[in-house]
Amino acid sequence: MTDMTISTASDLHTSGAAQARLKARYAREARFKAYGLVAIGFAVTALVFLLWTIVSNGYTAFMQTSIRIEVMIDAERIEGTTPAEKRSDLALRTADWRGMVNASLAAKFPDVPRSDRRFVNDMVSQGAGTQVRDLVLSNPNLIGQSVTLWVLAHSNVDMLHKGFIERDAPPNRRPVNDRQIALYDQLVKEGSLEAKFNFRFLVGANSASPELAGMWVAIVGSFWTLVICLAIAFPLGVLTAVWLEEFAPRNKWTDLIEVNINNLAAVPSIVFGLLGLAVFLNFFGMPRSSPFAGGIVLALMSLPIMIIAARASLRAVPPSIRQAAIGLGASKLQAITHHVVPLAMPGILTGTILAMAHALGESAPLMLVGMNAFVVDVPTGPLDAATVLPVQVFRWAGQPERGFVEKTSAAIMVLLVFLLFMNAAAIYLRKKFERRW
Amino acid sequence: MEIKTKVAAGQVSQADGKAKMAARGVDMYYGEKKALKSIDLDIREREVTALIGPSGCGKSTFLRCLNRMNDVIEGAKVQGDIRLDGQNIYDQAIDVVQLRARVGMVFQKPNPFPKSIYENVAYGPKIHGLARTREELDRIVETSLTKAGLWEEVKARLQETGTGLSGGQQQRLCIARAIAVSPEVILMDEPCSALDPIATAKIEELIDELRSNYTIVIVTHSMQQAARVSQRTAFFHLGELVEVGDTAQIFTNPKDDRTQGYITGRFG
Repeated sequence: MTDMTISTASDLHTSGAAQARLKARYAREARFKAYGLVAIGFAVTALVFLLWTIVSNGYTAFMQTSIRIEVMIDAERIEGTTPAEKRSDLALRTADWRGMVNASLAAKFPDVPRSDRRFVNDMVSQGAGTQVRDLVLSNPNLIGQSVTLWVLAHSNVDMLHKGFIERDAPPNRRPVNDRQIALYDQLVKEGSLEAKFNFRFLVGANSASPELAGMWVAIVGSFWTLVICLAIAFPLGVLTAVWLEEFAPRNKWTDLIEVNINNLAAVPSIVFGLLGLAVFLNFFGMPRSSPFAGGIVLALMSLPIMIIAARASLRAVPPSIRQAAIGLGASKLQAITHHVVPLAMPGILTGTILAMAHALGESAPLMLVGMNAFVVDVPTGPLDAATVLPVQVFRWAGQPERGFVEKTSAAIMVLLVFLLFMNAAAIYLRKKFERRW
Repeated sequence: MEIKTKVAAGQVSQADGKAKMAARGVDMYYGEKKALKSIDLDIREREVTALIGPSGCGKSTFLRCLNRMNDVIEGAKVQGDIRLDGQNIYDQAIDVVQLRARVGMVFQKPNPFPKSIYENVAYGPKIHGLARTREELDRIVETSLTKAGLWEEVKARLQETGTGLSGGQQQRLCIARAIAVSPEVILMDEPCSALDPIATAKIEELIDELRSNYTIVIVTHSMQQAARVSQRTAFFHLGELVEVGDTAQIFTNPKDDRTQGYITGRFG
């Protein structure tokens, strides 16, 4: 045998020094684990704090305070001379509904002096008249009768009811005066003031009054924007990835394309917004504020991310699968469409969902193509003006009224629920594909 | 054992064996590197030809020239003449898809598609349009799996995924898949290198049975395997074909010193 240069003393692995070395090794391992736990703990704490802040600020927005009033549907306040004329659509739409509401409030609180009437009128929402109108529009027989209905309280009363306004604060530091607080207490006492589930917040259009504001325009806008974005980015991204990965020759042109795709993925999103403004809106004349233009801008932004993800998952398909197909006499295209792309699909879908989630949360480029418009009509298609969820959050966050604070947090909650559903759909699709292959 | 007796008897080729494939002056380049130098080799019909040699000697490269699998490698270039039934397979008129249907291939690592066993075998016939009805396809699948000695083991679970089988079963599934397109020649690139001895024995038996219907070329690192399954053996070294002859002759009485050195274990 050759000479051994390493000592083979019997205590090499058992001596005190050896024990110390071993201990140091275990200590290092334990430290590493501890660092990991600290990092995860920090992240979880931050997440919980964030979610708790949003939920605790926002959950109240799903309830809205309403006041029960008895309104006399006064034919005098409706234009027209004959009953038939008064029932016409135009007459009903232009009638003085607000006047009827105010009259009913005056009748309810007869001892309020004339000078304080406006404080009483301000107890109910600007939209109270519209609520009465809608009721009569659906049933014109109510004209001339007295109806009891729940109308929305003004946001200030709502805030008072939810405890966001301190009643002990000095009068100039709170938006409700002593008279209104007294009326509020009276209403609560007689059971004419209640918080009810706020459907309007989910399915209503936007409004400048917090108690009337809904996010349906933003939900529909986000939906159409994502549909357009996906319809453009997914096929383009997958086809580009397949071509680059499977067909493209290796030369300086494809290298250049690759470098550019990687760089585009890092371009700030607002630059895509500027591009959309200059090219799609100003040059091609696409409708401003439309999900169509916004979706194209987001598609451009998502494309590089999707191409990179799709290429990575195509590359992860073992070459032996391609060889097996080609060895059986499949053409290159058959090998790719029958085997490689389906096998890469779970990865491609994951990348797509990540890109879509990114797109759903994007606001800056959409604001540049006009999707920060104040839209009160729910869009019926991708060409109508709309806004999107994150932009809605941004707009509400900038409103001075106290009532919009809870709306902002609640809108974030809706956005998060949207994201959760998308991820769930992605996981479901992925699992389905995995079972098939 | 049947195979052992054959080795003892010495595997010999039929002297009048017709050449199914013939390579003449084949040079092959990977970019600048010359991987094969002027190879002349006949592959005889319905016999097993073993290609042996040390790693990097070009035997697998040569094998892949026989069904143009090298086409997909960038920078690979083949010169010379390889004929299948007298027709040059590198001719412009030859359709490479058709060629690969006639010259099938089994790879080193079992590579079933991650689909059902049935789909694995049916894929080839489907893309080549070999079955017009579902019944025909079922028959092809059954025949191929039977020929590959796998039918009894899998007939009850044809819809289970092929990747769930053991390594040896997977490789037999790959052989069944290759057989399903009714090739004339089957190329096998070290088909047993990833398998245990029992699975290897099964594959070797299978190769011996298949030889009555197919022309087989097998690349192997195991000289015992070459001796057991092949009738003719070709020894490659550094991109050259050093010697080719009846297996019995190559292993008992090699003409070239390099062959002698390799089979006695002095290098390789």
